[in-house]
Amino acid sequence: MENKIDLAVNIAGLSLKNPVIAASGTFGFGREYSAFFDLSRLGGIAVKGLTLLPRKGNPPPRIAETPAGILNSVGLQNPGVHAFIDDEIPFLRRYDTAIIANASGNTVEDYEEMVRILSEADVDAIELNLSCPNVKEGCMAFGSTASGIARVVSRVRKLCKKPLIVKLTPNVTDICELACAAEAAGADALSLINTLLGMAIDAKTRRPILGNVMGGLSGPAVKPVALRMVYQVSKAVKIPVIGMGGISNGTDVVEFLLAGASAVMVGTAGFVNPYAWVQAIEGLEQYMVENNCWSVSELIGGLIL
Amino acid sequence: MNLIHRVRAIKQLNEDTFLMTIEAPEIADTGKPGQFVNVKCGGPHAYLRRPFSLCRIDRERGTFDIGVQIRGRGTEALSRFCENDPIDIMGPFGNGFSLNREDRRIAVVGGGIGVFPLLQLLREHPASEKLTLLGFRNRNQVVLEESFQNKSDELVVATDDGSYGARGFVTSLLESKLEESPVDRVFICGPALMMKHAVEICKAKSIPCEVSLEERMGCGIGACLGCACKVRLSDDWDYAHVCKDGPVFSGESIVFQE
Repeated sequence: MENKIDLAVNIAGLSLKNPVIAASGTFGFGREYSAFFDLSRLGGIAVKGLTLLPRKGNPPPRIAETPAGILNSVGLQNPGVHAFIDDEIPFLRRYDTAIIANASGNTVEDYEEMVRILSEADVDAIELNLSCPNVKEGCMAFGSTASGIARVVSRVRKLCKKPLIVKLTPNVTDICELACAAEAAGADALSLINTLLGMAIDAKTRRPILGNVMGGLSGPAVKPVALRMVYQVSKAVKIPVIGMGGISNGTDVVEFLLAGASAVMVGTAGFVNPYAWVQAIEGLEQYMVENNCWSVSELIGGLIL
Repeated sequence: MNLIHRVRAIKQLNEDTFLMTIEAPEIADTGKPGQFVNVKCGGPHAYLRRPFSLCRIDRERGTFDIGVQIRGRGTEALSRFCENDPIDIMGPFGNGFSLNREDRRIAVVGGGIGVFPLLQLLREHPASEKLTLLGFRNRNQVVLEESFQNKSDELVVATDDGSYGARGFVTSLLESKLEESPVDRVFICGPALMMKHAVEICKAKSIPCEVSLEERMGCGIGACLGCACKVRLSDDWDYAHVCKDGPVFSGESIVFQE
């Protein structure tokens, strides 16, 4: 039988050949994983979080393992947005996949400048990082209140010439309130969840394991929380939701689509299995074949209650 | 890339340390001294892979050895593997030690389980004279003495408590040996404090040295930026990454944490 399954999705004008995107901060700028598989297989790549100027990041150790997950406190180490445009976009454009630039800043003006620069760059969408838990200023400081989100998003919206995705933090009382604030301020789509703020302690030394004391939890451990938030948010807003948090395979992808996500991001799983992204796509396809599903849209929000 | 390989042998070295021989022709073929492999240890609580440096490579048989000390969840799970079990391994990764023909006399300095990568270095280094200094906590911790003996022109073992070989730290051995006669390069692997002292000793004698670092890793290939270490730049510092820029660095470039 001819394979007529359609994996393509369109998110606020961003067309993806399939709904699996590499999550920001787990995939660098794609170079490392290009040794393992053809990056053109991916729906998209959300690149390492960018800032106006290069950032050195946080002191080591930056990684702590937890049951079924990891804590990280990398702290947005990146070469800066200009180096990204000059050195990384030409590499990424060798592949047929969407480029999503993940942008962070310390101030509203930083976010405006980032969006202004990236709007003129050869990227397919901008993901506004309002949720990194590992930096002192900006990011989660804006992203953890509805008013903070409204302020940043409404300001950058005026300058943004690309689909604007706002990445939300789960470290709040009511994520739907933040989602609605982002939607009202002009976000084209939402991505969630960023990492959950956590901590690991070494009982032997009585010290924190992470150099930065606290860090962001990701991996299978956070999946139930992420699924719940994707489910709640996708019911609360009309704009598309990109779901992430502990996705490791095709079944996980299906679960997030059923919960209401229009696309997903896969990250931490790739540290353990460098083929996790490709296998997630193949697993989704196989599920669709087995369940007589011809289009991904049939699955989105298809949860039976 | 095929990640599934096979455990060929397990040899207990002491109470909590063992040598695992793995059949993986591609890794054995391309692996260099100082490089590492990233091993999926399995078990319910070891989510991430664990990096192990190549201890001995047998290219004819298509196998390599890693040295493992049981220290936590990952190594505990790894200790349960048996001969012929399949094992998920990525690599070889990292840069490896320099193998310069100009370095006629070399010294390798190993502390504890840091001795492992130095064995393959001795097996492959073209130097005509090789001095090996190994330090262990006590007699029970001494491993691979014979293998090192076979690949060295001179081997001295020290234990912290004097229960075997010379008493004291291996860094004191290094200092007195360099006093007797200098070498062209020193290769160091062991606990951070020991490496820091060894580097200082080499620096004082203006002898170039290389250190092999260990850090908690995420991906092992340079994507997650987890395994940062502080390195000196001409007038500043930056974070390098142990998995991709290392694990071997020139001793002078590393800013050891206090």
